[in-house]
This record gives sequence, structure tokens and C-alpha cells, in this order.
Amino acid sequence: MTKPLLTVRDLTMRFGGLVAVDKFSFEAQSGHITAIIGPNGAGKTTAFNCITGFYTPSDGSVTLHHPARGDFSLEAMEDHKISRVAKVARTFQNIRLFGGMTVLENLMIAQHNELMRASMFSIAGIFGMPSYRRAEREAIDKSMAWLERIGIADKADEPAAALPYGQQRKLEIVRALCTDPVLLCLDEPAAGLNPKESDDLGVFLRQIRDDFHVGILLIEHDMSVVMEISDHIVVLDYGRKISDGTPAHVRNDAAVIKAYLGVDE
Amino acid sequence: MSNAHYDPSHDKGDVINGIVKRSLIAVAIAAIIFAPTILLKTQVSQISNTLFILYRWEGFAIACGLILIWRVLYEIRAWRKAHTDHKSSSRTQAGENRFGHFVGPVLLVAAIVLPFMPFTDRYILDIGILIITYVMLGWGLQIVVGLAGLLDLGYVAFYAVGAYSYALLAEHFGFGFWICLPLAGIFAATWGVVLGFPVLRLRGDYLAIVTLAFGEIIRVVLLNWRDFTGGSNGLSNIPRPSFFGIPFSQGPDGFAATFGLEYSSLQRMGFLYFLILALALLTFYISSRLRKLPMGRAWEALREDEIACRSLGLNTINTKLSAFAIGAMFGGFAGSFFAAKQAFISPESFNFMESATILAIVVLGGMSSQIGVVFSSIAMVGGIEVLRQLQFLKAIFGPDFDPSQLRLLLFGLAMIIVMLWRPRGFVSSRAPTVFFKEKKSVGSSMISQGRG
Repeated sequence: MTKPLLTVRDLTMRFGGLVAVDKFSFEAQSGHITAIIGPNGAGKTTAFNCITGFYTPSDGSVTLHHPARGDFSLEAMEDHKISRVAKVARTFQNIRLFGGMTVLENLMIAQHNELMRASMFSIAGIFGMPSYRRAEREAIDKSMAWLERIGIADKADEPAAALPYGQQRKLEIVRALCTDPVLLCLDEPAAGLNPKESDDLGVFLRQIRDDFHVGILLIEHDMSVVMEISDHIVVLDYGRKISDGTPAHVRNDAAVIKAYLGVDE
Repeated sequence: MSNAHYDPSHDKGDVINGIVKRSLIAVAIAAIIFAPTILLKTQVSQISNTLFILYRWEGFAIACGLILIWRVLYEIRAWRKAHTDHKSSSRTQAGENRFGHFVGPVLLVAAIVLPFMPFTDRYILDIGILIITYVMLGWGLQIVVGLAGLLDLGYVAFYAVGAYSYALLAEHFGFGFWICLPLAGIFAATWGVVLGFPVLRLRGDYLAIVTLAFGEIIRVVLLNWRDFTGGSNGLSNIPRPSFFGIPFSQGPDGFAATFGLEYSSLQRMGFLYFLILALALLTFYISSRLRKLPMGRAWEALREDEIACRSLGLNTINTKLSAFAIGAMFGGFAGSFFAAKQAFISPESFNFMESATILAIVVLGGMSSQIGVVFSSIAMVGGIEVLRQLQFLKAIFGPDFDPSQLRLLLFGLAMIIVMLWRPRGFVSSRAPTVFFKEKKSVGSSMISQGRG
């Protein structure tokens, strides 16, 4: 087997005396959908924030293997560098779109770093140089291609806050994809979606996985989505990993059933 | 909020009763406020040298009457509003767009022809220069407050840095205005970054307090570093800008003689007027270009959601610092113009009132509308000047009445009314920086005001 895209080793996060994540280790492969599941308060989002740089872990290592750029130790990187250099993109449990900006503008900001270089840190941009205009045109085309893919190209000039909830969820995922990630981290992408929207989302995520060969790491509560689309599931409970394997394996694991349903005394 | 009183199912008697009741309450409150401020006046008797109270019943009655009329009109309007549909909001949005398209050029033409008008005298030119200076400062601060959403209460510090840079460089090194102008901008931008660093982690009220303190620190340093800045005496004899090397003097090599004109002191004023107009237009051009570039878009994204910015690989530190630096740079330009125009500067010119005025201009104009800033500058700076001329009030309140005393009261009232009428400023919608098919402006209800 090739080198895993993401290798997490003994990840530990302590808040004062509370150990939210305890020696958590797992691997995620490129071109696979890896799900982290677990009961409420199991430490899923904390682990997620450690991987994407929003928290600095107390202990352990998080290594990303970028096929072209080499290995990165994410635990020591700043959050914006994790996105820009290591190419790990993320979304949020409570959607964080730029509500007062249009749908297209949201996607343009995701391409900020390329555009900033093309505008020579605004100098070429102020004088309207053709090289910058071309770069801007390309960025718009790329954004529109993504919007067409999720079927909201006609809403490109609407404010993001005016979109219905399901479309906002999708837009946030597409915005993360505009940064050209090798690993896409989704924090409860199906939260608040109706069953049909959840199914659509599952189909969409599998298409992304297959077309772009990105690794997808997701936290999810909706078991129907998780079991349907995941290639690999990691189960957390009280900050510790209790199971790790294929959906079929996890579904029949006694430890998982105990954590979710409890056991008869 | 008052619409709730007007349920159409109520009968007419109830409605009228309600109007009368609320109007009377308003008048009673007004009477309580006006009794000590207008009704009673203490005066020292010239004869017995004792203090006695003068009652000004006419003024008191007029003031209360005005409140009554206003309240009744307000109630009637609210009643009408409750009985018509809420179709008006989309209409104003579209109207705002069309309005913005032709108002800008009209204002620009008006600004260019103003000095050539027959009625234009020294006073009008002076006011014009003052208004345009504030427009420029407003556009500079708008980058920080309106676009990046960072509440800066100490913007006047950069204005001061620009002014003192020019004055000191001219005094010690004999540099001319045109060399000092970019240097003043660079110095102010540097101070913008210096201020930016410690406040990077602060947001909202905390940021406002630190920037307020920063403004005061600069002023106090200028006041106390006597050897360098002249302390409270200020710096005088600051050289005036020349017309690209030709001074505005009466001699044979002066501006008038060179161009075969008759000498007039208005020529210098006219030149200063066009100078600040050019600087303001430069500010307008650069800031409106920047807004459409990745840098400006990042500022707005920062205002909308800082965490999302970081997740998309934006370096928020650089973004914040660039907003502070570029905003400060325009403040520095305006400051060096101010020093050149006045030929005298002292720390008195850079107190908190100035910061507050500039901020009020930005808030009143609309956080992300450049044309709104022009309107609010005219209203705030020009309006105060108009209020100086309230001599007709003497006819009502008697010859002892000094209308200029009421200036700030009326001004405060006007501010409250504008903020009730348009809580997000004159032009509250936001034009997108990039569009695919159609440029639709974003309504104010969706735009975040920034917490940082």
C-alpha cells in the first residue's frame, strides 16, 4: 500500500485537566472517504480542529503526505498555512460563509493566494495589467465550473446569505474545494439537511473523491450517510479510539454497539 | 416598533386616542428637558450685582410646540405605513443604484467648477477645502472601518503623523511639499503597522479602546516633546506648496507674473483647493481599485468571518496590517496637506473630536459606500457651517440669543434622526467586487458590520 495521505499518531489534546482527545491514532488514504464518528462529546471536533490547525495539540503528531510537495507536520503549522501550503481544506459545523458577499465572491476568496500573486500584491492589479485580468478571468471560470457542478450557477451574483440552507452547505464545500486541496475535512456536512439532500450530498462527495482523487475526512452524526459513503470509519468515545475499519466491521463491533446503545447489565 | 399600535382592526377613536396620548407624553418629556435648558436662564443683575432667573416662556413654548408637531407627524406616518404594503424596500434598493451612477460625476463636475463660480469667495473655498479634506479622511478610514471591519477610534493620529512629518522635514531638511507628501504617507503607513501589531488579537470594544488610546498617545507625545515638536506652541512658518516650483508670491517670479495674471491671494486658495481635490480623487481611485482586487476582497472577507478566512489560507495578520497601513497612508497624505495649507500646526488640531468626526462621517455615509462619505462630509462639515449662520433665530428668541450655541445641539439631533431613518448610513447596500452576469447590490441586512 502507498504512503497514507494523513497519518495521525498519538494525538492528545488537553484543556486544563480535561483530556478531550487521548492518544488518538489513525490513517486516511488519498481517494478514500474516512469518517470519524462517535457519541456527543467524544472529541471528534477537537481532533478535527487539531488536524486543521485551529488548535495546537498538546501531544502527538499529524503528518500530511502531499503527493507533489512532500510531508508536512501539521501540528506545528499555522492554520492558514495548513490550507495554503499543505493543501488541507475544511468546512465548519455551523456554516461559515461570507454572508454579505455574493456566491461568486465567496469562491474568489478561496482563490485569494493565487490571485494575490497574479496581482503582484495589488501593484499589477491597480494598473489593470492584462496578466492580472487573465488570472481573474480564469478564477471566475473555475468558480463558475464549480457552481455549475452543484447546480447553482444562476445564483452566482446573489448574496451567499440569501441561499437556502442546503445550498449554503454545498457552497461551503465547494468553496473549500476551490483551494485545490489534497485532503478535504468536513465537519458534519449533513447536519440540518433533509433525507433527500443528504443522499445528494453523499453522491456528490463520492463524485469528488473519484474525479479528483482527494482524500475526504468527515465527522458525521447521520449514520445512514456515513455507512453509505465511507470507505473507512474510525470510532471515538471519550477521546479514545474504540474501533477502526470498514463500515461492515464497525457496524458489528461490540465496543461500538456498547458505546452507542449501552449494554444490558 | 410603533407600528404595533396600529392594528387595522382597531376603530378610529382608539387610534386618535392613542396618537393624542403618545403625543402628550412626548411633549411632557420635552418640557422636562427644555425647562432647565431653554426656560430658565440665570443672569447677573448689573445694578445690584445679584443672580436672578430669567424666564424665557416664548422659546420654551416654541420648542415644545415643535416637538408636538413632529410627534403628530411621526404618528401619522407610522399609521399610514401600517396600512400600506411593504413593497418599498426593493424599490429603494434599485433607486439607490441608479442614483449612485449619475450622482458621482455630477458631484465631481460641481467640485471642479466651484472655484470659477462668480459667487465663490475665500470663505466658500475654505469650506470646500475643509469638506474635501474630510472626504479624503473618510475614504481612508473607510478602508479600516468599513471594509476590514476594524473599529479605529484613533485615526487622527495618522493625520497628525502626516502633518508633523511634512512640517519637520521641511524645517530640518528644507524638503519641498512634493517630496514630503509621499514621505508623510510612508511614515503614516509605518505607524499604521506599528499600531496594527499590538492590536492584531483584539476585537470590537477592546480594539476601539486601544486605538483611542493610541490617538491620545500621539497627541500627548506631540504636546510634551517640546524640543522636537514645539509642544503646545506648535510649529509655524511651514512652507507653502508651490505650483511645481513657482511660488504664489507677488514678485516677478511668482505664479501670477509667470502666467501673466493679476496677483490675487485667491490663486493660492484655488491651487490648494485643486490640490486636495486631486489627492482625494487619488484616494478614491486607489481605494476603489483595491476593493475590487484580491486585497480588498480579503478585507471584506475579514469583516464577514475571520475564522473562515483562515480556513481558506488567508493570512489574516497581513490582511489586517495592510488595511491599517493603507488607511493610515491616506491619513498621512491629508495631514501633510493640512500642514501645508495652515502653515501652522499644533497638537490642538489633532484631538479626539477629529477622530470622532471622521468616524461619524464614515458611519453616517454607509460603511462600504464611497459616495455616501461625500454626502455625510457635506452634511457634517458644511452643515455645521450653515448652523453658524442661524441669525434668523434671533428674530424669534430675541437679540440676546446666540444661535451658534445651539449648533451642537441641532447637530446631535440631526445625527439621531439620520440614524433612526437610515441605521446603516445614507447608502447602506454593498456593490459586489466581481460579478458573472449582473451586478446586484447586497442589502444591508446581510452584511456583517465586523466585530474586530
